[in-house]
Amino acid sequence: MDAIDRAIINALQDGFPICARPYAAAAEQLGITEDDLLQRLAALREQNTITRFGPLFHAERLGGALSLVAMRIPAQDFDRVAAQVNAHVEVAHNYERTHEFNMWFVLATETEQQLQDTLRAIEAETGYPVYNMPKLEEYYLNLRFAV
Amino acid sequence: MSEARVIALPDATDRALIVATQGGLPLVAEPYHVLADQLGISAEEVMQRLQAMQQNGIIRRIGLVPNHYALGYTCNGMTVWDVPDERIHILGPKLGALPFVSHCYRRPRFLPDWPYNLFAMVHGRSRAETDAQVEEIARLLGDDDRGHAVLYSTRILKKTGLRLGNRGD
Repeated sequence: MDAIDRAIINALQDGFPICARPYAAAAEQLGITEDDLLQRLAALREQNTITRFGPLFHAERLGGALSLVAMRIPAQDFDRVAAQVNAHVEVAHNYERTHEFNMWFVLATETEQQLQDTLRAIEAETGYPVYNMPKLEEYYLNLRFAV
Repeated sequence: MSEARVIALPDATDRALIVATQGGLPLVAEPYHVLADQLGISAEEVMQRLQAMQQNGIIRRIGLVPNHYALGYTCNGMTVWDVPDERIHILGPKLGALPFVSHCYRRPRFLPDWPYNLFAMVHGRSRAETDAQVEEIARLLGDDDRGHAVLYSTRILKKTGLRLGNRGD
């Protein structure tokens, strides 16, 4: 990653033009050619230096239901419960964390009812309670990192 | 910003456009034309719809998301705070304004086991850096910090990302 790559990463975190030749427009701002920008973006994606390039959606506004869910699982049952939770397609990601509440996953469903049904199913299958912690208020979301 | 304001939901064509761009924008000179061909609509309509979705907030922005691990931000902590409910509207935006906080949300408590109502994700290049960030938040909150915890992720158990296609359509 050189200075131009860094400039690209910093500039394109803030937005990208909507016009017929958006890469040409963005490249001009960066003082490079359209081809150079396209090649560098492809390389950065290939190297996994960028995880996404495109529209970033506001998940709640797509009309579905979304929540963060925590569970408290004893060590001896952890892997079994993780497998049971992960088997649900509604579970988008799931992390083990350093706390008594040690399993944290995001549920995404088409409706609130489906979300509740999935929570009840997980409780029934695993034998452990779920702690449903939907977002009540968003104060800030920023995925910007200066490099 | 209130989530309660009336929001236009995406229609079928918007949803097709969302599905087509979930993996990212095509890396070709005319990406909106490529999407137009895929959807069977004009490039002008693709651009108008993207603009409209950006205006009504369905699209937060079009842009790039760096892999923060690859950039050296390897230590990510979910910090959780028990703050007075009547002060959270003032305190939440204060935490959100810190440069190392990427998400800041209010979530429900589960008393007595889970007293925390304010969540802030912090990102550092080392554990020492995130520890210092937690200290800074604690100082900022002062007496409003009635207790906090930092949860570091130790294992990714699943990561598929949020995809409209997962939602049964």
